[in-house]
Amino acid sequence: MSQPVTESAVQAVIAAPKPSLFRERLADFFSSKRAVIGFALLLLLAFGSVFAHWLTPQNPYDLMQLDILDSRLPPGSANGAGTYNYWLGTDGQGRDLLSAILYGLRISLTVGVGSALIASIVGTMLGVLSAYAGGRVDSFLMRTVDLMLSFPSILIAMMILAYLGKGIGNVILTLVILEWAYYARTARGQALAERQKEYVEAAKSLNIPQWRIMLRHIMPNCLPPLIVIGTLQVARAITLEATMSFLGLGVPVTEPSLGLLIANGYQYMLSGQYWISLFPGVALLITIVALNLVGDRLREIFNPRRQR
Amino acid sequence: MTLWLIKRVLQALFIILLMTVIVFIGLHAVGNPIDILIGPDADQRDRARIIAQMGLDKPLWLQYFHFLGSAVQGDLGNSFVYNQPALQLVLHRLPATMELAMAALIIAIVVGVPLGLVAGLYSESIASRTIMTGSILGFSLPTFWVGLVLIMAFSVSLGWLPSSGRGQTVTLFGYQWSFLTLDGLRHMLLPAINLALFKVSLVIRLTYAGVQEVLPLDYIRFARAKGLSNLRVIGVHVLRNIMIPLVTVLGLEFGATIAGAVVTESIFSWPGAGKLILDSINGLDRPVILAYLVIIVCVFVTINLLVDIAYRLLDPRVRLEGAR
Repeated sequence: MSQPVTESAVQAVIAAPKPSLFRERLADFFSSKRAVIGFALLLLLAFGSVFAHWLTPQNPYDLMQLDILDSRLPPGSANGAGTYNYWLGTDGQGRDLLSAILYGLRISLTVGVGSALIASIVGTMLGVLSAYAGGRVDSFLMRTVDLMLSFPSILIAMMILAYLGKGIGNVILTLVILEWAYYARTARGQALAERQKEYVEAAKSLNIPQWRIMLRHIMPNCLPPLIVIGTLQVARAITLEATMSFLGLGVPVTEPSLGLLIANGYQYMLSGQYWISLFPGVALLITIVALNLVGDRLREIFNPRRQR
Repeated sequence: MTLWLIKRVLQALFIILLMTVIVFIGLHAVGNPIDILIGPDADQRDRARIIAQMGLDKPLWLQYFHFLGSAVQGDLGNSFVYNQPALQLVLHRLPATMELAMAALIIAIVVGVPLGLVAGLYSESIASRTIMTGSILGFSLPTFWVGLVLIMAFSVSLGWLPSSGRGQTVTLFGYQWSFLTLDGLRHMLLPAINLALFKVSLVIRLTYAGVQEVLPLDYIRFARAKGLSNLRVIGVHVLRNIMIPLVTVLGLEFGATIAGAVVTESIFSWPGAGKLILDSINGLDRPVILAYLVIIVCVFVTINLLVDIAYRLLDPRVRLEGAR
């Protein structure tokens, strides 16, 4: 009784039921067949792209390993030396497409995940700040969000990239500029609802500093919908990056993502060498669909109106 | 209402002005168009003369006010590359884009509404599930890749439809139109389908959600109880209520379609405004980029304004909220 209520004690109470809830959600997630397929595909793709160096028969960007005589071979052909097969064929420079796709996937995923991570951090902070500060700060930030969201992202991305120039870093920056608004709006709405709740009042009455309430108490409770948006935004970011690279405004030729691989194959398509463009496209497609499957399932799980 | 309208129009004008400032400053930092336009063998005097001729030697704020002054009179400067008025250049290309966007919109409605109705009315059936899963695909497939697959299938393999250009056109009101000739329609089909894909999915989702919301309501039950035929209940009572959100969303989507046409136009070599802006970005043709953006922003802001006004006129609840 005599012991004063400390912040850690309050947190212990809040944190206590968490593990079971987490486990329940996890079981819930994997109870859907589509989510399991999506998740497995994602793991496979991530594995393939991270360990591309060891998995592929050649490093597609080491010119010493390329043989120009092997260029534009159809899928399944053996290489000139007869040591391995080009399962998905080769492109105009004699590059093994499977290897190129795995290396390209690495760049696509880096851009997608990287931009989503940065945008979610920036967006969430601004959103929570907006909700907490209110007044002018709030209305300024939210007007900016409205403005950002009302213009088509392709147009804005084109303008920013025309301004910044090609490069992986620039593409990530562009995507962050485009996407923070989604997180900010959601985080603000969530934070507005949270700050009315009793635990915030309790924290205030314990004289905990404002920033700490914001970061440690309100922010964690805003996370679920942001995770959902994050997953879907990774897919959107990858699509947008591929589109920009396809238009010649995205990543440089030296670091081709899936979009650039597709663009490179475009010129051979009309002469019937479909595989150079088709297979990177299929890889892109699988990545995006897998992300969407997982994201959709997460949305279902975190939907508070859902009946269990 | 009048006061609200004035406020809203002023707001719209302010957004347009703001965009021109941002874009003007942004564009100024992108490369130096002189290097692209003048051959390396030009001497210093020629260089200075052309820079002065294009007004690039003046300070940026002066250039901006100069731009704004002529913009009000409908002059957005001359294209560096084509040496024509930029505004005219963009406006000349815009009908081709509009035509494509309209075709896409029509396809979206003609295909999307029936599919959405079927999915919503028989929500437990396999057909419904297939349609709804298909619509997820439509949302997530990258437009440019679908375009490539369409070309691969219908132009390269089957050889049914042409893959590029506008085909035969007819001049009407001073502009070229493809939709009036059979050849033009054949050329338009693939790009229009490509551009429509995302919107078809959107329409399916909206229709589905609308049907699900409306079906259990009392007035539908009452209509059925009155003994109206199923066709009439769905065709008149259900459909009419779905139309309001559908028209709103598609109206707002129209601006995005014109902007999104950049991708489709570049794949199918459709000579519209989107192709022009892409070429202009690569050629650093500042006046054309500016003119394109000003027009697009105007189209956007106007559509938003019209939708807002229509909403206030149609829905009394919004009007009440505004009056408070």
